[in-house]
Amino acid sequence: MKVLVPIKRVIDYNVKARVKPDQTGIDLANVKMSMNPFCEIAIEEAVRQKEKGAATEVVAVSVGPTQAQETLRTALAMGADRAILILTDQDLEPLAVAKVLKAVIAEESPDVVIMGKQAIDGDNNATGQILAALLDWPQATFASAVELSAGKAKVTREVDGGLQTIETDLPAIVTADLRLNEPRYASLPNIMKAKKKPLDVKELGSLGVDTAPRLKVLKVTEPPKRGGGVKVETAADLVAKLKNEAGVL
Amino acid sequence: MAVLVIADHDNASLKDNTHKTVTAALKLSGDVDVLVAGKDAKGVADAAAKIAGVRKVLLADSDSLGQGLAEAFETLVLPMMAGYDAVLTPATSQGKNIAPRIAAKLDSAPISEIVEVVDASTFVRPIYAGNALETIQSSDAKKVITVRATAFKAAAEGGSASVEAMAAGPGASKTRFIEQKLVKSDRPELAGAKIVVSGGRAMGSAEEFQRVIEPLADKLGAAVGASRAAVDAGYAPNDYQVGQTGKVVAPELYVAIGISGAIQHLAGMKDSKVIVAINKDGDAPIFQVADYGLVADYKSAVPELMAALTAAGK
Repeated sequence: MKVLVPIKRVIDYNVKARVKPDQTGIDLANVKMSMNPFCEIAIEEAVRQKEKGAATEVVAVSVGPTQAQETLRTALAMGADRAILILTDQDLEPLAVAKVLKAVIAEESPDVVIMGKQAIDGDNNATGQILAALLDWPQATFASAVELSAGKAKVTREVDGGLQTIETDLPAIVTADLRLNEPRYASLPNIMKAKKKPLDVKELGSLGVDTAPRLKVLKVTEPPKRGGGVKVETAADLVAKLKNEAGVL
Repeated sequence: MAVLVIADHDNASLKDNTHKTVTAALKLSGDVDVLVAGKDAKGVADAAAKIAGVRKVLLADSDSLGQGLAEAFETLVLPMMAGYDAVLTPATSQGKNIAPRIAAKLDSAPISEIVEVVDASTFVRPIYAGNALETIQSSDAKKVITVRATAFKAAAEGGSASVEAMAAGPGASKTRFIEQKLVKSDRPELAGAKIVVSGGRAMGSAEEFQRVIEPLADKLGAAVGASRAAVDAGYAPNDYQVGQTGKVVAPELYVAIGISGAIQHLAGMKDSKVIVAINKDGDAPIFQVADYGLVADYKSAVPELMAALTAAGK
């Protein structure tokens, strides 16, 4: 069973995003970039499926700038077998990314796609669902447990109010939620080995996919700041303030 | 232009998120219909018909809709979109599950978690864990939108729309429902609660979380929330998570206990009206957003708070 894992290079999880003064976007110059945390979980899941014999090959794919090769090398160091970069400097919308991935899937024919549920930059939570629809594949989003068997995936999903378990036919799209697993750190020997694993780079233009934006960003602004609060000395002071000053009790 | 709202419900009762999404929809158009897709959800449809401003309610009934299967919603809604210019659904886990799938079939770029409607094609939405707001204009003919319900007031009751039954569509041929395990609680629902009490990693165990957080929540009539760290550590169920990738809440009062205040947690609660933080680390980032901060160990502060609330007649 072949697993395809799309991944994205984004602002590092621990870095606070800053809006550009001209309101055209987020200032990413000299900002630490990393693999999107949900994509790490997706890679980890694919590698674990291979380690327990359910999967035979893990292919990581990214759609992004030339620096995304570093992110793909991280995926290779975590245990992916090979990687593909679809090279573009455009910041693509989820619909366009899904169309590009559909073209990659037409060449790669994976049995299952495991990907993060959301990238922490755009916070769209959309690409997996779009890809499933474009391919007419079933989807199992927000996965916290995945069992792969011949022609089927049994997935436990984090839903409003608790957990839901569904079974889908394969091929299918699975999107990873936070509690699916805890991603490993790549060991130094594995980082060295990853340098020799195959990484194909293809120009976005060679796929012949329409990636024109549908959403025009008019401006990007900072959210309103909260005014500074006060410290109280005791729990009794706190209750008095909540009752008399804030009026919320 | 006409707009379709997909109702949020559990087959038994209509959720307040629907009223809030109707408010957003009415900013796009005066012609707003509500789709109640579920199993034996006639009572939900009747409730939706009472939302002021709703033109009509459509009721579709099948097992796979009742189970919330994405393909079933896609095949139901897609043909309906011939008659609508936009479809809106609350940004719940189910809304997020189905909206992009419907959008893809319409070749439309989905618009996630809007917090403001500027005009019928221009919307504001948070990005980067709420550290920025982007104003975007859609050029797609059919718009597919999820709505961050906390950013909109609930539409009032008082309508008397008609309820029309419709065919449920072909269902989901490639997906089978196996089981659902829902957390049962008598407390208010986290997403719509007026008061939320949340606990963090400082609790140290599930037993401690229950011993400290739950009685305080019950005293305040509050819903219970948790930080990602507390959920990851198994102190609280996943459904309690407040943050960038969990639930977004905006109650009248948010009480954070033993929560340091990572960016991702703040993204889920910083629009609360009043924020209280209790943490023994006076430098914790949570204090930067708290209206009232108490620098103290929760082990002593929470019992004192309980006693002070009792003294205040709570």
